[in-house]
Amino acid sequence: MKHAREMKSLASKSEFYLFFLILILGATFTFANPKFLALQNILDLLKSYSFFGILSVGELVVLLSGGIDISFTAIAQVAEYVTVAVILQYGGNLIAAILISCAIGIILGLANGLLIHFLRIPPIITTIATLNLYFGALYVISTGNIIYRVPQFYQDLSNATLPGGVPMVVGLWTGVVIVTGLILRYTLLGRSIYALGGNPAAAERVGFKVLHTRLFVYSFIGLSSGFGSIVHTALVQSAIPNSIVGHELDVLAAVVLGGANIFGGSGSLIGTFMGVGLLAMLGNGLTLMGISSYWNDVVVGCVLLVGVTFSSLQRMLLASRRANVLVEQEGL
Amino acid sequence: MTEPSATNAQDFFLHLERISKKYGGVTALDEVTCSIRRGEIHCLVGENGSGKSTLIKIISGIEHPDSGHVYFEGESPRHLTSTESIKRGVQVIYQDLSLFSNLTVAENIALPAVLARKVMAFRWSEIAAHAAETLRRIRLSIDLNEIVGNLSLAQQQLVAICRALSGNVRLLIMDEPTTALTRKEVDILFSVVLDLQAKGISVLFVSHKLNEAFEVAERFTILRDGKCVGEFDRSELDTRKLVRLMTGQEVATDPFRPGARQPEVLLEVRNLSKRKNFKAITFQLHRGELLGLTGLLGSGRTELALALFGMNRPDSGEIYFEGKAARIDSVQDAIRLGIGYVPENRIRQGLVIGQSIGSNLILVTIGRLLNRMGLVNAAKRSEVIQSWIGKLGIKVSDAELPVETLSGGNQQKVVIARWLATRPKVLILDSPTVGIDVAAKRSVHQLIRELSAAGVGIILITDETGEALNNCERVLLMRGGRFIGCINSAEETEASIQERLEAGT
Repeated sequence: MKHAREMKSLASKSEFYLFFLILILGATFTFANPKFLALQNILDLLKSYSFFGILSVGELVVLLSGGIDISFTAIAQVAEYVTVAVILQYGGNLIAAILISCAIGIILGLANGLLIHFLRIPPIITTIATLNLYFGALYVISTGNIIYRVPQFYQDLSNATLPGGVPMVVGLWTGVVIVTGLILRYTLLGRSIYALGGNPAAAERVGFKVLHTRLFVYSFIGLSSGFGSIVHTALVQSAIPNSIVGHELDVLAAVVLGGANIFGGSGSLIGTFMGVGLLAMLGNGLTLMGISSYWNDVVVGCVLLVGVTFSSLQRMLLASRRANVLVEQEGL
Repeated sequence: MTEPSATNAQDFFLHLERISKKYGGVTALDEVTCSIRRGEIHCLVGENGSGKSTLIKIISGIEHPDSGHVYFEGESPRHLTSTESIKRGVQVIYQDLSLFSNLTVAENIALPAVLARKVMAFRWSEIAAHAAETLRRIRLSIDLNEIVGNLSLAQQQLVAICRALSGNVRLLIMDEPTTALTRKEVDILFSVVLDLQAKGISVLFVSHKLNEAFEVAERFTILRDGKCVGEFDRSELDTRKLVRLMTGQEVATDPFRPGARQPEVLLEVRNLSKRKNFKAITFQLHRGELLGLTGLLGSGRTELALALFGMNRPDSGEIYFEGKAARIDSVQDAIRLGIGYVPENRIRQGLVIGQSIGSNLILVTIGRLLNRMGLVNAAKRSEVIQSWIGKLGIKVSDAELPVETLSGGNQQKVVIARWLATRPKVLILDSPTVGIDVAAKRSVHQLIRELSAAGVGIILITDETGEALNNCERVLLMRGGRFIGCINSAEETEASIQERLEAGT
């Protein structure tokens, strides 16, 4: 009985379906080209998506709180460019770069949070505006100049590996996931994010400091973007003022595909990881199968539709089950 | 009604001294003075808009009074915030329960207590232990790891109560706690309340179900139009007097004298079933009949109503309209046949909030107001709107104001009028008097009776058995998706119906 119930609750999670989708796709790609399953291919894939993955963690946290952030790509863009420019001008090591990037990220994220909380503008509108503002300001200041030569430590970071040949940047991504997981699950702050996303009015009534939580989540995605931008620079070995902006919806899609509720309150890091993994696999797998990259977007669109249809169907199923609870209920 | 002097103020847990509050130009509370003793069950009654919720918000520190003082055991905090109020032992269970439906039962129960301790870490074992302890205290068992959103409404209500009790509670305020509960659950709730009282905890009960209020409350505070009418002991009041004090007018409950049922069958349903919704539903509705349909929340009554309105396609069964087999697969089909439906939740499903009263009135019938160019004929539009406002006695200064500026009773009339404009033969009203005050209720009932006298067949779905008995000759009882009987309202009492509805639950 208990076992059956656990199975049922497992089956009611969207991660479950996502996992199957990944297995099926993985098997298909491997069948078409055995190279897909090669360890080196998987590590390379994870490495190239580590920046994307770090951003998705930030977006997940914002979605959990019932908010949304569109501006994080612009934040990462600003952090990346300014950090590289400052280091080239004044010198500095990796630690300095990380500190500068994170500080920029936190400040810009905090600005989003303050605007959203005090002006009561819907977060999506606020962050579309700040996306343009941050990105536009960067363009004005940089006049669109591309920095082709970045300091050596970026190269070193990109080449560094952990024991077992795991790229350092994948390790950083994993670190962000673990730290975020601990915050979400084992701190009051983390639970307040879920509470705020689940029922903002109740969160306030119970005595949560909604302002603090809100400022935290937007600063957090700012921080993730700033930190992530270091990884991005390491991966691309340049600072181009328009290399990141434009991908914000891809990240959002991966998080939603991972089962996060766009209206807040539910979602998981594992799901988000799988959402990113699925998009990564698609890009890579299609290339290995020799399918023109033009098809990539079409396939990604289809998978997204299928994925979100699953979670939507599930929610409907759950709702109808709930509606009939009393009809079938045997006592309290 | 005596004001406590400085010395005996100590006997009261809570004393409110000449509290006034204005929102914009509207006076919500006007010099309200009242007090609650330790370990007392106190009932706050008043019609909608009388200031009950504002008063609760002030006690719980969410709103601040423009003038006046709140004393806790003779002491008035300078600035009463919600944290301060909780610290002094005030807990509120709101009508919407304010639960986190995405979190577990354990978290919902223990969160406020954990919050009060101001620690950073969140220990799950501690949470579970705390929640289990609270549940034990009121002798309930609910799976602590279940997500609250998956629970039934009644279970959620109990979770809300547990949450309120998990801290150091001295005064428990319950806003309409029994709305969604069955009689049996209400009994459990009341026994919990009496238990609390024995422990010296005061309970402030806000309810519009007067008979229930009389069951447990020792003292009453009555509000009317933001003013305190007075404080009374239970012995000083009866239902009639209470209603008079609440409304300021004598409201006679006039039982229905049904006219002879017309022989012509308007709507006949045979063996209508839908999996997991309702089963083997068979009944007839005559022309001009006011047919009651009652059952608990979740008994399938709303699902059935939606099926008759083309919004919930049944799996099997037949529907006959005026003797002819009819298919109702869409709302358009229903409207074409002459069926109107006034939904349960007028704000969410009935009204177009933000649009004007007039636009809401003619929403369904706008097609009849078009001129040859396909544009709305403005003169005709305003003429039609005015005529309905007049006919139903909707109190409104300007039909172009947004519909949400109306009171609940008048909003309900707008929704009903919209369907009357389609000249329906059958009108399904789902809980038409929920959340409107006694006087407005009466005028809605009056309207329904007039319609039925004019030949409209009406199905009145209601939670309140009293409402069904007072308005309908025949009442269908529904439980677990099935009809469990059709009663003649002259032969039954509220209690006997309630018993049948809840049998087996």
